[in-house]
Amino acid sequence: MTANATLSPPNRRRPVSWGNPLTYALALAVAAVSIVPVLYVIIGGFRATPQIVADPAGLPDPWVFDNYARVLTQSDFWAQAFNSAVIALGTTLGVVLLGVCAAFVLARYTFRGREVLYTFFTLGLLFPAGAAILPLYLMLRDLNLINSYYAVILPQIAFSLPLTIVILRPFLSAIPRELEDAAAIDGTGRLGFLWRIMLPLSRPALVTVGILAFVASWNAFLLPLLVLGDASLHTLPLGVQNFSSQYTSDTAGILAFTSLAMLPALLFFTFAEKQIVGGLQGAVKG
Amino acid sequence: MTSTNPTTLDPAGGASAPPAGLRPVRRASRDRAAETRRKWYEIIGLTTPAIVVYVTFVLVPMGFAVYYSLFRWRGVGPPTEYIGFDNYVMAFQDPIFLDALRNNAIIVFGSLLVQGPIALGVALLLNRHFRGRTVFRLLAFVPYVLAEVTVGIMWKLILTPGGSLDALLQSIGMGGLVQAWLADLDIVIWTLLFVLTWKYVGFAIILLLAGLSNVPQELNEAAAIDGASWWQIQRHVTLPLLGPTIRIWMFLSMIGSLQVFDVIWVTSVPAVRSLGASATMATYMVDNGFFARLWGYGNAVAVILFVISFVAALLFQRFLLRRDIQGAMTGRAN
Repeated sequence: MTANATLSPPNRRRPVSWGNPLTYALALAVAAVSIVPVLYVIIGGFRATPQIVADPAGLPDPWVFDNYARVLTQSDFWAQAFNSAVIALGTTLGVVLLGVCAAFVLARYTFRGREVLYTFFTLGLLFPAGAAILPLYLMLRDLNLINSYYAVILPQIAFSLPLTIVILRPFLSAIPRELEDAAAIDGTGRLGFLWRIMLPLSRPALVTVGILAFVASWNAFLLPLLVLGDASLHTLPLGVQNFSSQYTSDTAGILAFTSLAMLPALLFFTFAEKQIVGGLQGAVKG
Repeated sequence: MTSTNPTTLDPAGGASAPPAGLRPVRRASRDRAAETRRKWYEIIGLTTPAIVVYVTFVLVPMGFAVYYSLFRWRGVGPPTEYIGFDNYVMAFQDPIFLDALRNNAIIVFGSLLVQGPIALGVALLLNRHFRGRTVFRLLAFVPYVLAEVTVGIMWKLILTPGGSLDALLQSIGMGGLVQAWLADLDIVIWTLLFVLTWKYVGFAIILLLAGLSNVPQELNEAAAIDGASWWQIQRHVTLPLLGPTIRIWMFLSMIGSLQVFDVIWVTSVPAVRSLGASATMATYMVDNGFFARLWGYGNAVAVILFVISFVAALLFQRFLLRRDIQGAMTGRAN
């Protein structure tokens, strides 16, 4: 690190420039540690199981496409991807809708009990909601919701609300009061203000909380594991787990299935990365 | 909005005001009452859905956990066999649960001590301006984006006896290091700590990069003009300003480590877990409560997990986080 000391301020005048070799060496090392295990899985999916057993760390020779084809045609991959998509979209929609309404009230209304209500929501950040998974299961069972999309969507909305409100509230209160007054003079009520001015202006924050909720839901394992006993409702994480324990000797198949399951998350994140880092800036402000 | 309303009757001028003046006053107060009522309708209408969902699916189950934990109950019919705190006593007498507690402690402190420095180094590195930075950032975040389950299966395949890690070690002449990574009772928790670190360090990096982008450039420039080196700037300007971000990450990492489930569940071998070597409070809770159908006992474990997390959170907030989330906890919105 100290060797970089020579590279100081003039560098900033040209915002993008070639860093020194040490910067690249370190960055490459970081990238390698992150990506090599993932590449191993993706490339391993192009080998045949006997090849893998004979030489676990080798490259495909020849390249085999059968594993991927098999997963995409013979397993429940598509059904599970569909279930994951329905649940993740439902969760995201619910979190954003409920979160923005509550955060709007907490940010723009003055009323007795406002801070009590806010603290009430932020309490959810202080303890792991997952700790209550057993009674949650029992409750969903009594409500006859087990083995339905709702059994995953509704609790996931609830778990995501605290963080959503904590991120959205500062964002919504930062929007100038003058805009609200101007809207009032034009005869727009507070609800019209929320709909026509607040929502468009807070799009970046809404996208951030939406992405966080979507990814959390897409990756979720414990809740679906407990409440989705019916295999036709299984999500991708459950599918990956099933496949790997069902076909233990089919290493190449497991590698292919695992690769395919991670692909959507990787693609999604590649497009959303800037948005997530940008949206979190408000939340981690000192 | 309320105090400057000209139609408010003031006690001194009220008596001398002409009687006709009373009508607008009354109408204005009626309007105000209607306005207040409308405001409350809006407040209630907008917050009720969130409150209902949050209470129903987070707080109510928490309350039921406390209730169920006082019974010996197999989950069929309503709980009837009240046994007081016996489930709690049983948990703290079970060596497997104590192992799980110890493993959780290893994961909490291991995560903080290992991920923090690595993430700080990587974040400072990736905050520098150089060509290709965006690509390196994306690559560094990859493990964090992947589902816990895929990460778990992936490392299970890599770490399996005679798997690619062992083959790699042998091919570079370090075959002596080969271990039963996931089966050796003394080693498995450290293997799992490594997998967790690999998976979650990206989260710390994301938060720190977001925090770094809030550090005003002018401060760094001023320090540089005063002759500070790159390292001095990081040490004396950037790091202190990152304090709040670091503490928020520590907080989230601690809570996450206490309830860690997915990666442990998927990566570790059930037999090894049942011996305690790789169990955590959460896997112990699900193993006993859900799969062994000891619902009362499982709920007692849930309450213990909850109390430990809550106390840890309160202590952390009391001593480290107070300034940072003062706004969040006491209500000032900014």
